[in-house]
Amino acid sequence: MIKKRLIARIDIKNEFVIKGIHLEGVRKIGDPHDLAVKYYEERIDEILFMDAVASLYGRNNLFDIIERSCRDVFVPITVGGGIRTMEDIERSLKAGADKVAINTQAVKTPQFIAEAVRTFGSQCIVASVEAKRHGAGWESYCDNGREHTGKDALGWCRQLEELGAGELLVTSVDTEGTKKGCDLQLLQAAAKGAGIPVIGCGGIGNTGHVVDVFQKTACDAVAVASILHYNLAGVGQIKEALLAGGVQVRP
Amino acid sequence: MTKPGIAIVDYGLGNVRSIGNGVEKVGGEPVLTRDPAQILAADGLVLPGVGSFVSGMERLAGCGLIDCIREYAAGGKPMIGICLGMQLLFEQGEEFGVTAGLALLSGEVKLLPPVAKLPHMAWNGIAPPAPGRWDGTPFAGVRPGEDMYFVHSYAAVAGNESDVLSVTDFGGHSFVSAVQRGNITGCQFHPEKSGAEGLAILAAWVDSCR
Repeated sequence: MIKKRLIARIDIKNEFVIKGIHLEGVRKIGDPHDLAVKYYEERIDEILFMDAVASLYGRNNLFDIIERSCRDVFVPITVGGGIRTMEDIERSLKAGADKVAINTQAVKTPQFIAEAVRTFGSQCIVASVEAKRHGAGWESYCDNGREHTGKDALGWCRQLEELGAGELLVTSVDTEGTKKGCDLQLLQAAAKGAGIPVIGCGGIGNTGHVVDVFQKTACDAVAVASILHYNLAGVGQIKEALLAGGVQVRP
Repeated sequence: MTKPGIAIVDYGLGNVRSIGNGVEKVGGEPVLTRDPAQILAADGLVLPGVGSFVSGMERLAGCGLIDCIREYAAGGKPMIGICLGMQLLFEQGEEFGVTAGLALLSGEVKLLPPVAKLPHMAWNGIAPPAPGRWDGTPFAGVRPGEDMYFVHSYAAVAGNESDVLSVTDFGGHSFVSAVQRGNITGCQFHPEKSGAEGLAILAAWVDSCR
């Protein structure tokens, strides 16, 4: 039976793990490699490294971290932040990443997604959507929640799927870092009817929040950060809560 | 004890570095190569691969490796195909038109039925098709039902029932998630990305190369 996935999201600035609120106002947490190994040993299903400032300053420091991490971490690794060119994707994959997450460049040039899918296959292209409530719906943002795109987030999700993305990472800018739970309406609206796996992200502060996402939305995976980084609950505790709540996960 | 030398076919498709890291972790000596002499001299051969069936066969042909891999397989030393690498072991694939495969195993590769989201990108359980099927194979130590990591949309339909090593449920449809016939093994999932349990399969296979 297909299992729901729990993903550890590790945001990186320079060489440190950071955690902010609403994707901003960051605080140093520790060494990205060490955290990735710790979560792997606790049986996390996947690791997501995001270079928090790469798309702002046009650089990407992640390759060394990925190379080191994939010697010790034997679950899938996704890398995002500042992926702009086919060469960036190739370098990420060669460093050991299994997938790349793309947001800003897709907003600038939607065909970049289609081109990346043609070259590398849909299975390694994760389209990242940062959504913020706007009127009755949500608007998508880029540059780590800083820039408006003017695009309706849900319509953008459908378009990214049509362009061939293999997965959608949907982050609520409103709830991100708040530890108050996810924007379940957003996640359900994005996941309902999606033909590709959807990863919900933003706001997980306790095990109940993770259970909520899987019980109340059609999301296939949840990406968590604060809950793990601040030791609010461990990977094992989250999975126990999920199994107790009837959510099928890899134990 | 000397480490078995494991050639990982580096034909430009797939996460060769991750497989190399996995092989190293479980006690093998990985070599990423497309040199036929180096491949034929290895104690064990990994055929990795990500992407479409047609691009996989085109790349193998472009590297001049099709005969080399067939020769290796005929020599009797252990060989394992992973993900697309498993699919290429079969006679043909239907992705972007029908393409001939390596034909080391009988059967073809077809799109999974639309009973759940594609790509099938998830952890999912593997089970032996019959009790005792895993005895004496690299799966001997695996708990039936153990979760492994899958990323694919196509799956093999084996021509010989006896080649099927494991099956997996995809939205109520059972597909072939691993095969084994003599010295040839194939995993649709990624043992190098399936945590300690996946590494245990890789370790048992590497051991069989000694």
